[in-house]
Amino acid sequence: MFEPVLLKNVDVRDGHLLPTYEAGGGYQALAKVLRQDTPDEVIDLVKQSNLRGRGGAGFPTGMKWSFVPKRVDKPKYLCCNADEGEPGTFKDRIIMERDPHQLIEGLAVSAYAIGAEIAYVYIRGEYVTAIRRLEQAIAEASSKGYLGTRILGSDFNFTVHIHRGAGAYICGEETAMLESLEGKRAQPRLKPPFPAVAGLYASPTVINNVETLVCVPHIVVRGADWFRGIGPDRSPGPKLYCLSGQVRKPGLYELPMGISLRELVEEHAGGPLPGHKIKAVIPGGVSAPVIPERGMDVGMDFDSLAAAGSMLGSAGVIVIDDATCMVKVATRIIEFFHHESCGKCTPCREGLNWVVKVLRRIEAGEGAPGDLEQLEKLCKGIFGNTFCALGDGAAMGLRAALVHFRDEFSAHIEERRCPFH
Amino acid sequence: MTMREKIKEAAARYPDQRSAIMPALLIAQRQHGYLPGPVLEEVADILGVERIWVYELATFYTLFHTEPVGMFHLQLCDNVSCMLRRSEDLLRHLEEVLGIRKGETTPDRLFTLSTVECLGACEMAPVMQVGDAYHGDLDIARIDALLDRLRAEKGHPAGAGHAAAASPGE
Repeated sequence: MFEPVLLKNVDVRDGHLLPTYEAGGGYQALAKVLRQDTPDEVIDLVKQSNLRGRGGAGFPTGMKWSFVPKRVDKPKYLCCNADEGEPGTFKDRIIMERDPHQLIEGLAVSAYAIGAEIAYVYIRGEYVTAIRRLEQAIAEASSKGYLGTRILGSDFNFTVHIHRGAGAYICGEETAMLESLEGKRAQPRLKPPFPAVAGLYASPTVINNVETLVCVPHIVVRGADWFRGIGPDRSPGPKLYCLSGQVRKPGLYELPMGISLRELVEEHAGGPLPGHKIKAVIPGGVSAPVIPERGMDVGMDFDSLAAAGSMLGSAGVIVIDDATCMVKVATRIIEFFHHESCGKCTPCREGLNWVVKVLRRIEAGEGAPGDLEQLEKLCKGIFGNTFCALGDGAAMGLRAALVHFRDEFSAHIEERRCPFH
Repeated sequence: MTMREKIKEAAARYPDQRSAIMPALLIAQRQHGYLPGPVLEEVADILGVERIWVYELATFYTLFHTEPVGMFHLQLCDNVSCMLRRSEDLLRHLEEVLGIRKGETTPDRLFTLSTVECLGACEMAPVMQVGDAYHGDLDIARIDALLDRLRAEKGHPAGAGHAAAASPGE
């Protein structure tokens, strides 16, 4: 029987307050590492756990930490990516609103491992409740000595600051986030240098997602083997899945990595709305290519979804039923990417503008023969040619929609109308 | 605390004053309701940074408003998860009952209506942000009740948003 750990306090009354967190064993992971582990031992433990980043890319967390140089004369920084802008994703908001101490403990243990004394938590500006709760939790943790100087009698000093975002999806891209933290327009940086070497203020910096960080204290307390024992060995651990769209029980679910998409949607989230059938599912936020209903037996982990031509991404699972026009969905997704393009590179800025125009005319019944080929050509011009993954995500998603639902696109052009309206 | 003091306090969190431009703009917007040119210049002066650095952030990030907005800014999400739960019907209804199109403000300056990208609350789609608060699982009846509540709040806008005393993240 799978036991949820990440959402343990989420539905508990006063789950966001320190006494609740302490009563459930909170801050024992921090006490344990400060008492008995060197920073390198913590990094090794996280490496052994095979924890992979939950923000979307799935990069091994322990390996990312090990890239930080040991001896430098600059401060090191830990940044938490809480910009959660991927449509269909709301897991980090719920963690911060209802169990913010879990994040603070994850930050403290991780900062100890990489040798950082300051963390910036970059939270999207709309998340006002999450910001208030985290501010309150930081104050509580500071007054009890879990943050501050000489934490729990050790030599470890650590401060957490919140940086409130102001509405820009691109800040979820880690180097754009660093630019934003430095007070600039959020536009991605050229890599290398990688942030581990020269990140925030050109200092060694680790950027981790909220969910990644909250896994860390559980790994410390329960061990790397416990973590690896959940789900596929190369992509293990408990996982938060955000269910939304045309499904009976939308919500946040904690289940093993690797659970089948079908089980997740049909059993846990109650299946399609009454009187409807599922047509397709977007498994990892709108950057993840859509999966048609027949592909729903795929496992929800980084490797299985990549093999199926999609990606786990942020695990924002959006269910689409048979009453919905896929051209309309695709148009809305590309409109989003076009709106959020930072404007730095031409294929993304201009390419997506062009794609939106073609998609809108197809949806309006004004598509022309050759439009689908034009879309494919535009995808080819964008994919792999942009500064960051924003353009890639847009092109991959559109390509998948064109492959799996080509009939719907063609019907719009041939019938000169949207068959769904 | 004055705006200058709040901005100075926020700036102490960073080794570089330029990093404090975003928090400073949030503070200034909370104070003034929006960010006209003279306010941007004041922010630049308080932080001792180039004016262009302040202008470029005020126009890059969507939560900063260089034009006035109504007392209640209705921000309806129309991204995929909300669209699949019929957010378009809500937009049409709001445009009808308010007598404005999206992007516009009512003549009494009470409501500004916008559509926004994903608010990260898809479990309660369709969702709308008003001031600091999220309103989820919306339908037309709930929208009407919400508008009535906001109109009743008109005389006491403390809960509404930018007139409130304390802003998180400052």
